[in-house]
Amino acid sequence: MHIPLLTIITALPTVTAILLVFLKRENERAIKYVTLLMSTVVFLASLPLFFTFQSTADMQFTEVHAWIPALGTRYHVGIDGISLFMVLLTTFLTPIVVLASWTNISRNLKGYMISLLVLETGILGVFVSLDLFLFYVFWEVMLIPMYFIIGIWGGRNRIYAAVKFFIYTFVGSLLMLVAILVLYFYHGGLTGEYTFDVLKLQETHFPLGYQTWLFLAFGLSFAIKVPMFPFHTWLPDAHVEAPTGGSVILAGVLLKMGAYGFLRFCLPFFPHAVEQFTPLILTLAVVGIIYGALVAMVQPDLKKLVAYSSVSHLGFVILGIFTLNNQGIQGGLIQMVNHGLSTGALFLLVGMIYERRHTRRIADFGGLAKQVPVFATFFMIVMLSSIGLPGLNGFVGEYLIILGAFLEQRVFAIFAATGVVWTAVYMLLMYQRVMFGKLDKEENKKLLDLSPREIGLLVPIIFFIIFIGVYPNAFLKKMEPSVNHLIEVVKSKTLASDIREPSLIIGLREE
Amino acid sequence: MFENIWLVPLFPFLGFLLNGLFGSKFSEKQAGIVGSGAVILSFLAAGAISYQLLSLPEASRAVTQTVYTWIETGAFRVDLSFTVDALSAIMLLVVSGVGTLIHIYSIGYMHGDRGFARYFAFLNLFTFSMLILVLADNFLLMFLGWEGVGLCSYLLIGFWYEDKDNAFAGRKAFVVNRVGDFGFLLGICLIFATFGTLDFDSVFASASDVLPPETATIICLLLFVGAIGKSAQIPLYVWLPDAMAGPTPVSALIHAATMVTAGVYMVARCHVLFLLSPMAMNVVAVIGLFTAFLAATIALVSTDIKKVLAYSTISQLGYMFLACGVGAFGAGIFHLYTHAFFKSLLFMSAGSVMHALQNETDMTKMGGLKSKLPVTYRVFLVGALALSGVPLFSGFFSKDAILWKSVVSPLGGFGYWVIATGIAGLTAFYTFRLIFLIFFGRSRVQKEVEKHIHESPVIMTAPLGILALFSLAGGYVGMPHFWDKFDHFLQPVFSKYIENNLFERSEQLFGLEFGFMATSTLVVLLGIGCAYMLYVVRPELPAELSQQFAGLHRFLFRKWYVDELYDATVVRPLAVVSDKVLWRWVDVKIIDGFVNKVAEWAGRLGATLRLMETGLVQNYALMVVVGAVALVGYFLLR
Repeated sequence: MHIPLLTIITALPTVTAILLVFLKRENERAIKYVTLLMSTVVFLASLPLFFTFQSTADMQFTEVHAWIPALGTRYHVGIDGISLFMVLLTTFLTPIVVLASWTNISRNLKGYMISLLVLETGILGVFVSLDLFLFYVFWEVMLIPMYFIIGIWGGRNRIYAAVKFFIYTFVGSLLMLVAILVLYFYHGGLTGEYTFDVLKLQETHFPLGYQTWLFLAFGLSFAIKVPMFPFHTWLPDAHVEAPTGGSVILAGVLLKMGAYGFLRFCLPFFPHAVEQFTPLILTLAVVGIIYGALVAMVQPDLKKLVAYSSVSHLGFVILGIFTLNNQGIQGGLIQMVNHGLSTGALFLLVGMIYERRHTRRIADFGGLAKQVPVFATFFMIVMLSSIGLPGLNGFVGEYLIILGAFLEQRVFAIFAATGVVWTAVYMLLMYQRVMFGKLDKEENKKLLDLSPREIGLLVPIIFFIIFIGVYPNAFLKKMEPSVNHLIEVVKSKTLASDIREPSLIIGLREE
Repeated sequence: MFENIWLVPLFPFLGFLLNGLFGSKFSEKQAGIVGSGAVILSFLAAGAISYQLLSLPEASRAVTQTVYTWIETGAFRVDLSFTVDALSAIMLLVVSGVGTLIHIYSIGYMHGDRGFARYFAFLNLFTFSMLILVLADNFLLMFLGWEGVGLCSYLLIGFWYEDKDNAFAGRKAFVVNRVGDFGFLLGICLIFATFGTLDFDSVFASASDVLPPETATIICLLLFVGAIGKSAQIPLYVWLPDAMAGPTPVSALIHAATMVTAGVYMVARCHVLFLLSPMAMNVVAVIGLFTAFLAATIALVSTDIKKVLAYSTISQLGYMFLACGVGAFGAGIFHLYTHAFFKSLLFMSAGSVMHALQNETDMTKMGGLKSKLPVTYRVFLVGALALSGVPLFSGFFSKDAILWKSVVSPLGGFGYWVIATGIAGLTAFYTFRLIFLIFFGRSRVQKEVEKHIHESPVIMTAPLGILALFSLAGGYVGMPHFWDKFDHFLQPVFSKYIENNLFERSEQLFGLEFGFMATSTLVVLLGIGCAYMLYVVRPELPAELSQQFAGLHRFLFRKWYVDELYDATVVRPLAVVSDKVLWRWVDVKIIDGFVNKVAEWAGRLGATLRLMETGLVQNYALMVVVGAVALVGYFLLR
């Protein structure tokens, strides 16, 4: 019997959310446990995806159902080695986020958990959709719960941040919608088959003039999401205001949707435009790496620091993707996972200290290592992962990306490699100011070390931080065929000289 | 035993896990036994492997063991695999051997410290990383060990983290090392881009065939940038003196005997590449020589016992690079080996002095301790004689090998010898300045401290004794001409891939070598004599001299103002630019200002348009009419 695993995984969070609606708002215990249980079930249900995933380039676990035949849109889901890890990262982080929100959501816990679950569905939908229409629906669906999470459960300036987040993202996605429709009509006009199917659209050669504009429309949307320099200014605000769980999901998986979009759509759809824009994008990526790190260095607020460090780390991801070679893209993919783990963990840790002290200003701490050694130890490991210490996960991604870039365009690799210095500078400076020195503030002398719950939610992340550092091949092997296939598609389409320029006119005339 | 190479790093790693996870429940004794036991086991394993290596024919003394594939994407593949050959065997024995003694010594030294188990966990992690570095069979795995030792160095320098200065020193070490690693990392990338592999054997075997000289130069210089950072050479040496903030056994193990020599080891390991680029060789030699000089001059005036030793370490590392730079890799490693003994001996004797004086490191508050610390005095003296290069002590043979080869090598020259010999004189001077200031003359120890002066316990003095023995006799394995076992043992490593006949001539020039040896010995004795004059015979002279040459003295005392220079040119501008320009201006004002402006305009536009929604039907009717007229007009006039 064929089990529609992807549908189950994607729908289950929302089903749970509907279930929660029937629970009394006051019954917080039940709400928490049901959410935790069900999100854990979702994670467990996603494990077979990994273990039975065949190391080939094919889409796997595919399901196709008619949806709106008149529009040619179908419910088509499936994963390959690229989306597999995004799905797993999402299902892995969600229960952790639920557990992290155990005590720090003071009002309307029910609404929060419902938002979180709907958000999970939205994100998973984005990663598994193989139909552009379906993809777009999920892309927009995920915006709403995130907007609520920031706007309702956020900090003092939450409304500004939520609106900024929403509008920034929405502007991007509107352009993408237009681009999707152009793809749809062009392909339909050319072949007579009006479809949103990603795999079919991928076969089409779009004329160069089209590619440029379509790439820009898709690319802007993804660049905002990543976020790439200079579209990043929504991120620090969103992070600072979002509750811990929101920050973790935002940094852990939401940002990956941008990079994923580049991989899934921009690269195979518009290879000529990619070729054309690569120098620009590589430049922005490298600027992001250095700029994000330098700005992170001078942040007085822990969360802002981590937010800017994200800009820097995601610069690496984009750099890797646009090297268009095996090492770079696989490095980028691994780095996406790494960033989800280490930055997610950093936000968790910052959240834990915020819950105790109600401040995130670095200057309010100092000497914590003595008072909360377990916390300091976890923080240390996560920080080392973030600065790319060999033996931990961050190094594998960073090194492969730098190597990939080096094999293509050395100058970018050289600038990117300075990142190893900058990251160490701001991370260690922050760690020193928070953890070392005298424990001289009265408020900090009463801090409690991590509770078993907190340790419990960090340990799985630490496990993967070490596992990927020591044995990344377990993951690299699964993603390699898909990455190679993607590169092949891009390369062969770029080489194919028949960019059927006239078909543009045919395509339009048929409208 | 060759299939069990992995055991060598495994033991310290287990020690790290045990002390790291359960250390809080261990007593000092248990933590100490776990920590030291792990390194002893590692030493025994290394010994067994080395012994077995000797039983192989010379040419095939290199065994590799692959554990598993670490990273593989496309054509890029890196294994977790270990190699033992003569070079790594020597390093293994030094690291685990000296490491064992230092671990044992630490049980006494760290007695009563709150972080006792944590200390041993870090020390074990360090040993593990260092062994990985030495055993690695490819560049990336070496880099793993390389960064691992850097991490442990950071953790241990800042071990007493409650003092801000210690934490700062640790961070400085890490960041400066990262600057070096930036070069190393790019070097590794270029090696892969050139050779398509990172395995030592494959790279070195094909280097002389496929490597163009310019690429060789770039690769070597990039790798050397890494070495400069790790081995504290100009311009990245500034972290090492500050690193003395760590516990003294750490200074002995990490910042004297092992980690800081990793750069020398790496250059020696990559000798094939370096020999292909005479230019890179010259850079190595000149940087080494100049560093040796600069550090020695600073050591002349420093009054901090550990700082003198730190600068001395930088200086001696410079010697090792000089040796590598003139192609005498064997001599460089030989000096690394003897230096490991006598410098860790000196550090730990200094630790013993500090132990007696309640952690005093200022030599102006010592003096006359000879009778009160008899054991420490004797071993310190042995270390000092070895460091100065007094004949028949270990340092003599290794230093002499470097001096001689720097003049006889086609890559060297008489100028190198003159400067290097001069530095040997300086070394002898500052080393005996230490001895005389600490142990001779009248006591300048504060009264309340003086009451508690005591010789260190056996657990500390026993390792000192063993190290003294090696500092005394360890050099005899490298006696030129008569019993040059050391060089002979290493020879297969350095002639495996490339013909190295730089020193063919030197064998026949024994008479000349003896002459040079005699001259440099005289210079050393002169240095000791000067120290004796200044600090024993006429102890009031140094103060007068420093007043007479106040400018020079201050220049040296402030360490050539290098820290100040870096601070003014790099550290502070970077912080200001990041804060004022990048963040507050570019990010907040320009980018976000633009975003908010757009939002504001959109809002204004909406507000303006809203004015049209007056709700008055007449207005709407008017607009309809105006619109209609405009349209009609447009079509008519078109």
